[in-house]
Amino acid sequence: MQSSTLAKILEAQEAKEPAGLLTRIEDGAQCLIVGDRQYGSLAVGGDTVSAVTGALRDDKPGMVETPDGRLFVQVFNPPKRMILVGAVHISQTLAPMAALAGYDVTIVDPRGAFATAERFPGVALNHDWPDEALQQLAPDSRTAIVTLTHDPKLDDPALQAALNSEAFYVGSLGSRKTHAARLARLDEAGFGDAAKARIHGPIGLAIGAKSPAEIAVAILAQVTDVLHRGALRAAA
Amino acid sequence: MSSALGHETVLAQAAAWRRAGKGVALATVVSTWGSSPRPVGSQLAIDEAGAMVGSVSGGCIEGAVVHEAKQVIAEGAPRLLDYGVTNEMAWEVGLACGGKVEVFVERVD
Repeated sequence: MQSSTLAKILEAQEAKEPAGLLTRIEDGAQCLIVGDRQYGSLAVGGDTVSAVTGALRDDKPGMVETPDGRLFVQVFNPPKRMILVGAVHISQTLAPMAALAGYDVTIVDPRGAFATAERFPGVALNHDWPDEALQQLAPDSRTAIVTLTHDPKLDDPALQAALNSEAFYVGSLGSRKTHAARLARLDEAGFGDAAKARIHGPIGLAIGAKSPAEIAVAILAQVTDVLHRGALRAAA
Repeated sequence: MSSALGHETVLAQAAAWRRAGKGVALATVVSTWGSSPRPVGSQLAIDEAGAMVGSVSGGCIEGAVVHEAKQVIAEGAPRLLDYGVTNEMAWEVGLACGGKVEVFVERVD
């Protein structure tokens, strides 16, 4: 690998831009693709670029047969994101756990006393109302959204925005009773059964979690399950 | 806050070693068969002294990969390494899980 290629990959990561690197195994010749730009000693055509675009979309590196030969595609996608609504006790343990699992974490809470740098060192904090915050954050299919306030004033607008997005995971803290009331409110707001069924509630895998840290483990485990096995489940 | 162990850390370390004037190689898992501890795309950066960041297995083959990487750093040509139960070195550096992996090792020039 040329040092200049390495520098371009790091630049793309800094800018949170997806980058795909093609390598010809026989001689190590490479082509780095960032947006519509190509760098490196290997020049490739449109069909090969499409294969890279597909690998980036599916987050799936691997060997591909292309008109330019058999090449390895390495995928450098920006980190997956996790948006936590509610700067609460569970978030204090879930934020660092999710970061260790590779997520870029943002905490949304307009209540200034909760979302402070002292309580959440090193975590991105957003103090806007959840509907406005989610509009700015523009969640995509690589984003998980977790609501933890169990206050309808904050959770409901966040959930509505979440259900209008392609977020791969939507979960909401609250008892069965709280969750049933929440679903009834979403129903009144015009959300159908398919949309409501996207919400994982009561949140987390059933592992008997009690403490905030244990609940964070249950939530992160469920997000992981949906990320890697969600499609399998849907097909079963 | 983001991951402490992702690609960005491995590549940033490789770049930092190069800036410090060290010889550097990158190892990447390019294919796997059966059960393997780390998925395709996993990377390990190695410097000329054998220091490493990242992983290409659960610790089963890193030692052997570092050994090969030092030769790639010295000679320049990339290598495709193959580890698994069918490898003649299986008893020394094979994967206990019975899988197979191919690892591409290249020098950072």
